[in-house]
Amino acid sequence: MADYRMNEAELEKVFQDRIDDEQKIEPKDWMPDTYRKNLIRQMSQHAHSEVIGMQPEGNWITRAPSLRRKMILLAKVQDEAGHGLYIYSAAETLGISREEMVQALHDGKAKYASIFNYPSLTWADVGAIGWLVDGAAIVNQITLQRTSYGPYARAMVRVCKEESFHQRQGYESLLVLASGSKEQQQMAQDALNRWWWPSLMMFGPHDAESAHSAQSMKWKIKRKSNDELRQAFVDQTVPQAQYLGLTIPDPKLKWNEERGHYDFGEIDWDEFYRVINGNGLCNRQRIVHHRRAHDNGAWVREAVEAYDEKQKARKQQAA
Amino acid sequence: MTTTSDFPLFEIFIRSNRGLDHKHVGSLHAKDYEQALEYARDCYTRRSEGVSIWVVKSSDIVASQEEDAVSFYDPMDDKPYRHASYYKLPEAVNNM
Ligand SMILES: [Fe+2]
Ligand SMILES: [Fe+2]
Repeated sequence: MADYRMNEAELEKVFQDRIDDEQKIEPKDWMPDTYRKNLIRQMSQHAHSEVIGMQPEGNWITRAPSLRRKMILLAKVQDEAGHGLYIYSAAETLGISREEMVQALHDGKAKYASIFNYPSLTWADVGAIGWLVDGAAIVNQITLQRTSYGPYARAMVRVCKEESFHQRQGYESLLVLASGSKEQQQMAQDALNRWWWPSLMMFGPHDAESAHSAQSMKWKIKRKSNDELRQAFVDQTVPQAQYLGLTIPDPKLKWNEERGHYDFGEIDWDEFYRVINGNGLCNRQRIVHHRRAHDNGAWVREAVEAYDEKQKARKQQAA
Repeated sequence: MTTTSDFPLFEIFIRSNRGLDHKHVGSLHAKDYEQALEYARDCYTRRSEGVSIWVVKSSDIVASQEEDAVSFYDPMDDKPYRHASYYKLPEAVNNM
């Protein structure tokens, strides 16, 4: 092979040239160890978010207000499990196992989107999550369709196709509440009040403070900065809130004619770091539940093994 | 006499460009994986059709049958709410 005698610096140059040229990196390509690690961190964090994110919504499946809403919510939560699977599998092409990733989650070494550490208190929260949380995820994931790692980019194409339904079902359900009784309107407003700021936090720290951002941008793992993505989300969401007749809980929110964007207030970064570092309202509960679900599923994995053994024995007997 | 059809059959997948999925292009007989890879190169990429080739033993492929589609895919037909277009939103906010 032509690459055989290249030294590390030359390999790295080929690698970076490829990225600069907008080509994808594929699993068998040479890549710097730090690129691999950085990707594993981001992708496993992304996959964990899909999976942990099922909990706040799953909380309402049995209490959905109608059979229609229940079927929709079930289908949505099922999609999120699928998203977790796509991304875990793509991450496994980097040489890490599913078990290692799940273990890191259980040990608190791997993070997930901190927004899922907030509780879903009322039915309106389900609508707000679809509209805002999936809405924010879409803004991010659309740019990740162009991420430099091939398997991740292709997984994102698949995910993005499925996300639009998630956001629309959420908005539709809020639309019903927002045009309903006084209590229903209040419920929708209350959900927006609680989910707005955590949604903005989903994009992470300011660019200047973001530990991994610069390198990730150079490697095109990330295609847009945290602040750019956050601004895009605010710009698209404000008119949607206005249409619902709801008020975004930010007195500083104002259209800036000169910038062509909305100005908005500062995120409570103390809260952000408090939740990220394990002290949000539901952090413990989320991991305890994930562990329990995993442990409770042990018998299924054992049954699959046992069935496989039985089939093999049968085939041997027949032969 | 040994004929090449005694050799196992391989399915060939080609990635035409970085970033794209490997796509099935056809099959061929070969003695082993290495040979299959070389034959695939000679047979399917003579005009630089690809940048990467996958070879998979045909016997390793498990496929669902189209005749079974009715029962196999049945649960999907009555779930229109899995599609974005199922949700009718007012024009002003329909771009999500
Ligand atoms: Fe998702
Ligand atoms: Fe989603």
